[in-house]
Parts: sequence; C-alpha cells; structure tokens
Amino acid sequence: MESLDSTLGAGLDQRLFHRDRPGAELLIRGAHVLDPRTGLDEPHDIVIRDGQFAELGSPGSLPAPEDGELFDATGKHVFPGFVDPHVHLRTPGQEYKEDIESGTAAAAAGGFCAVIAMPNTDPVVDEPAILGSLIDRARQVACVPVGFLATITRGLNGQELTEMAALADAGALGFTDDGKPVVSAGMLRKALAYQRLSGGVIALHEEDPELSRDGVMHEGAVSARLGLAGIPSVSESTMIARDAALARYENSRVHFQHLSAVESVRALEHAKQAGVRVTGEVTPHHLTLTDDLVRTLDSRFKMNPPLRADGDRRALVDALRSGVIDCVATDHAPHARHEKEVPFEQAAMGTTGLETAFAALFTELVLPGELDLSVVVERMTAGAGLYDLPTPRIAVGEPANLVVVDLQASYEVGAHGYVSRSENCCFHGRNLHGRVLLTLAAGAVAFRERMLVEATWAG
Amino acid sequence: MNPRIGPHLISIEDLDRAGIERILDRAESFAEVAGREIKKVPALRGRTIVNLFYEASTRTSSSFELAAKRLSADVVSIRSAGSSVDKGESLKDTVQTLSAYDPAAIVIRSPHAGAAQLVAGWTPAAVINAGDGKHEHPTQALLDTFTLRRRLGALDGTRIWIVGDVLHSRVARSNILALQRMGAQVTVCGPPTLIPREIEALGCDATSSLHRLHEADVVYVLRMQNERMRDSFVPSLREYAQRYQITAARLKPGQLLMQPGPVNRGIELSADAIDSPAALIGEQVKAGVAVRMAVLYELLVGSPILAVAA
Repeated sequence: MESLDSTLGAGLDQRLFHRDRPGAELLIRGAHVLDPRTGLDEPHDIVIRDGQFAELGSPGSLPAPEDGELFDATGKHVFPGFVDPHVHLRTPGQEYKEDIESGTAAAAAGGFCAVIAMPNTDPVVDEPAILGSLIDRARQVACVPVGFLATITRGLNGQELTEMAALADAGALGFTDDGKPVVSAGMLRKALAYQRLSGGVIALHEEDPELSRDGVMHEGAVSARLGLAGIPSVSESTMIARDAALARYENSRVHFQHLSAVESVRALEHAKQAGVRVTGEVTPHHLTLTDDLVRTLDSRFKMNPPLRADGDRRALVDALRSGVIDCVATDHAPHARHEKEVPFEQAAMGTTGLETAFAALFTELVLPGELDLSVVVERMTAGAGLYDLPTPRIAVGEPANLVVVDLQASYEVGAHGYVSRSENCCFHGRNLHGRVLLTLAAGAVAFRERMLVEATWAG
Repeated sequence: MNPRIGPHLISIEDLDRAGIERILDRAESFAEVAGREIKKVPALRGRTIVNLFYEASTRTSSSFELAAKRLSADVVSIRSAGSSVDKGESLKDTVQTLSAYDPAAIVIRSPHAGAAQLVAGWTPAAVINAGDGKHEHPTQALLDTFTLRRRLGALDGTRIWIVGDVLHSRVARSNILALQRMGAQVTVCGPPTLIPREIEALGCDATSSLHRLHEADVVYVLRMQNERMRDSFVPSLREYAQRYQITAARLKPGQLLMQPGPVNRGIELSADAIDSPAALIGEQVKAGVAVRMAVLYELLVGSPILAVAA
C-alpha cells in the first residue's frame, strides 16, 4: 500500500503531518450538509470510501459501503472540517501542558481536521533540525494533520533572523514570534524582505511592550476597579498599523494574529483597503467574552491579548461577518493547574479553546442571531487558505475532512473533563449547544463522541 | 433586612450599608473596651487566628494581632521572610498547611490582587483581606469610615476628596466603595498619570486639579511613593509636592484631613497640615484595633449587638 500521504494527497498538503490511518468506509445518512463554499445547505446522504467523498445523494438514497459503517445522522449537521491556524501544542519541552498527541486529539474533539502549531516551545522552533523532529513526531502521533510555523528570530530574541529559507524547505508553513511581538521595526522589515526568498506567511503577535508593560488585563473600567495593570488597546493597534505599513513597503504577506480591539479592526481594514496583502484572525473568546468576567479574578480569563470591552467584542463580530477579519483561530494555550491556581497577576496567560470553539460561537453568536451559521462555518475553515493550504470541501473526490455536529445537544463544558491535557478553559462551566459527534480528518475517523456513538451507530 | 456580612471579608462589595453600619456599631463597643484597664474580652477564647503577611506592614499587622488578642484568640503571625514562602512554597500549599491547625480565621496580606479570594477557596476558615495588591484593603476603609462617622455623625452628602496616587492605591479603591455606600460623594484627584482611566465607573468624580478642593468636607491624602518618580509617573517629587501637597494653607477651616500612613512628610503632606487640628491621622490608627476586633467578631461570632460589651 502506498503511504496515506500520497493516496490522500489530494487534500493533504505536503506540509501537514499526521499519523497514518486507514481511510474511512462510511455512510452518513440524512445529515443536514452545510458547506458555504460548495453551496450545499440541505439534508444528504454522504458515502465515504477509502477516506474520500465517494457519493452525495438525497437522504435515504445511498447504501452503506461494503464492510463500512452506517451513521444515522438525521437531524444532525455536517460541515467541512474546521482548520485552526493558531494552536500551542507545547512540544517540545512543555509536555506537562500538552503534546502533539493530546493537542491534536483535543482538536479532533472540537471538529478540527487540521491545526497549525506555534513555535514558541522550549526550545523554540528556530532550526530545521528541531522542526524535523516535530514533523517526525507528528507522523507518529498526530490525530489530525499538523502544520508548523517556525520563529522569525532565533530563540525569539527579536534580533537575529532564523534560517527562514531552510526552515521553509524543511516544512515550515510560515514564521511567527507568537507570544511576543517583533518589537524592532528594522528587524521585522528584514524578515518581510527575506520572505521574498523563503516564502511562507509571516504571522504577527501585535503588542507594543512599551504600552502593555506589566499589564495583565484590558485597560478600562474593570482594571480601574480591580487595581490591575492594564493593557491598552492601542498597544495592539499601533503595531498593526506600523507593520501593515512595513508590509506595504516590502510588498510582503502578513497575517495578524488574535485581534482583540476595535482599533485593531480599523487598522486592519485600512490596510486591506490600501491593498496590502494582510489578513487577520480572531479567537472564539474575544468574540464572545468581555473583560467584565475578570471581575471574578478567575485566572481562566487571563490571556494575551486580553478580553476587552463589549464594544471591542461587537466590532470583532462585525469584522468577522464582513470579512475584514478572515478567520477564527483558537489560540489554544494549555497551562498546567499550578500555573493557573495562583493570584491573577502571577497566572500564566492563555486559555484552551479547541474543544469548545464551535459550540461557543454557535451558542453565543449564532443562536442569539449575531452571526449566521454559514459564516461561522466558513470562517472556521478559512484558516487553511490563509496559509496556502487546501480548504476542506464537501464534494465528491475530495478527501473526507468533515465534522458531524448535533446542534440541539447541549453540555456543560468541563463537566466530564477535557481531551486536552490542560483544563484552563475560559468557557469552563458554561452550558453550550452544538456537540461534536464525529470528526474525519484526512480521510480517517479522528474522533467519535463516546456516549452518542453507542446510541446512533448501526451496521 | 439583615445586614450582609461574611462569611469572608474580601472586598467592600461583601458588605451592604447595613453590614458596614453593623461593624461600625460593634467597633464602638470595642472602642469602649480599649478604654478599660484590662482591654480584653473572652469572645474568641480557644479559637485560632492566623495572620499571613506577604508584604511589609506595621499598622495593619500589629492592629490585627492586637485585635485578635483582645478577643482572647490564639494568634499565629507569619511573615513571608524566613518562612517556607521564602523557599518557594505556593500560596495554596501554605494555606492548606495552615488550615490543618483549624484556624477560625486567616488574615492575609498579599502583593497580588485576588489572593484573599483564592485563599477563601482553599480553607474552611473565614478569610479577611488585609490588602491584596492594588485591589482592596477593606478593613482600612472600615476604620476610615468609623473615624469619620465618629466625627461627623452620618456621612450622607459628605464630600470627600481622595488626593494622590489613586492608580496604585488599594486604600483608595476600598474607600471609594465604602464611603459611597455610606452616602458620601467621592472625588479623586491626582496627576493624570496616576488616575486610572475610567475610574469614574466606580461612581466617583475625577480631576487633576486642587482648584475645587475648598468644596471638600474631608481631604483624604494618599501616600506618594518614591518609585512613582523613578517610573516617570511624575517628573519629580518636587513638582508633585508643588501641585498636590496638602498644606495647612490649602486647607479651609473646618475641613478634615486623613491619611492611611505611613506619611511622607514634605511630599504628600506638609508638617503643618499633619500637626493641624484638622488631622484625624492619630484617630485612624486608634480606630484600627476596634474596627478589626469588630470584623473578627462579626465574622466569627456575630451574635446580637447588645451581648458584646460585658
């Protein structure tokens, strides 16, 4: 048998890596199929053979493949598998928080069929050899395909470029110093210029440390009340404006990570209108939560960038709807309990997000009518295209990347623990609608929901 | 309606006006105890109070210790220097260790906001916040309110100016909340770099000028720390003093002057103001013990108000 990478290569970009698994043989019966890109928006039977979409037909019209499984998904929804362009898998060096296996399992449990891992590990991914070891590891244990970014500067030092061309050759999808900004405009300019040689998207965590200083939350009425040092919105937006200008000057391709503020949305919109090749992402937590929650001083609500005011949140939702912000990214940032069970100012920044991303957006934005379901599905899959990866599509001949969701089913986040190794989820304890039942990634079953599977699988 | 008090005192928000008044009334009866030759009542005999101080403190730690002793409690005081905290033990582990002694209350001071609230989740003891970062210092606000109420009767309509480094002040935050709950109108005043953005959301006014200081009934002066100058929040302490120092000349007859201590003479306050009859600074210190006795008593005993004094 040829390697899965080549047989399913149609959808598996050579720069995504995962464990080999047999292609699924499966009939999904009667699910409402929604794929905004192919225009599907009605109940269908879906037959998957050898990990590819083999047939689509009207409900009840198609037989299950021989030796295949039948999943009666009447009343459930099928979407193209989600793609998360921003996760922290913590390998190498911080496996007590997460690793490639547990992180990609969490991704599959959230309906993701591909993720892109950030390089701010220990050591950081700044050399081809380190990247190579990660790729080897992903081929052994990754439950869904993983792409890797390398750092822009060596050791995240902000001062010396990594061997960007060699890293791209070794499989890096792009470059980021995520977790930190590239403070020096001169340094970033060199990276942007060098991109003409290396290729790869340059993704930027935007924060002016002179403005954010020792801030631990959004600067506003709540930080004034709590006496916590604030991170002003302009610490993000001024850097976006600066770096968009540099990207324009160097005609380079830049992606702005985890936007949090209305001012940042304006800066991104301005750059796009000027024709600069920029894109942006936003997290489910910035789309649904505000700094008001920090009044609890619960460290689950501590992340960078911070949760901001409701006006910021609404501007982010509007920008996602209009397309000024291109995609959803979770910034899944697992931390161990001892790093979070400390006073707010001392707690590590970040929240997990892979397992709750869709349900949070569906519950907090789709159900109240702030966003259409099709927009959420489109933006949760759009991250692939931003990194020049094929976008999951539900169409005959495509590799099976899909998620089956029960929009009616609700559950309490964390009540039965997490698939992720860490439990620092900002949605912990919330009741969310939209339960992932099944995820197919690169043609293979990556996740099936345990309880419901027993009740609904047959054949 | 019953006053709202406890089970912990983490924030002034844990108290409604009736709860504050209940504690202040209780403190009045304990202030009377302080006038006796034997300044001790048996209310907490056989019970243990742990004072856990992660920050330097003179007034707060000594007055909590004295308050607990005057209530006949056994007191253990732990300071971070020289303790296992110094050896890297986490707050959670320290608190769980101390909880094994079955204390009735843990009094905690920490340089970090929210520490007292976390402690309350880790121990069955009642937790009293003796200052958490720049967040709150509720017993300071209660003793300030007590001091003012003794002098003025009621605080309804009283105009109180809080002057100085509001940004870094837990005393300011707790006092804004407590004084407003008691009916006072609060204005904060200080250099624009030391007034938090959107502080008005707490219900107070904010200004950078002392021009309208004459409108105040009470001037509450915050301590100005040297490091604020090093961090360029103000260009110099000289300029700060020129603009914001409260002097006898800047005070109007009848205005009352307060300061939570320790005082930097010649910076936020001039010597002639400190020594003027307007100053309540000594009364504030004196109120500390009675108010902290009242807080311990209300959280740990809380029986009807008349049963105390004997």
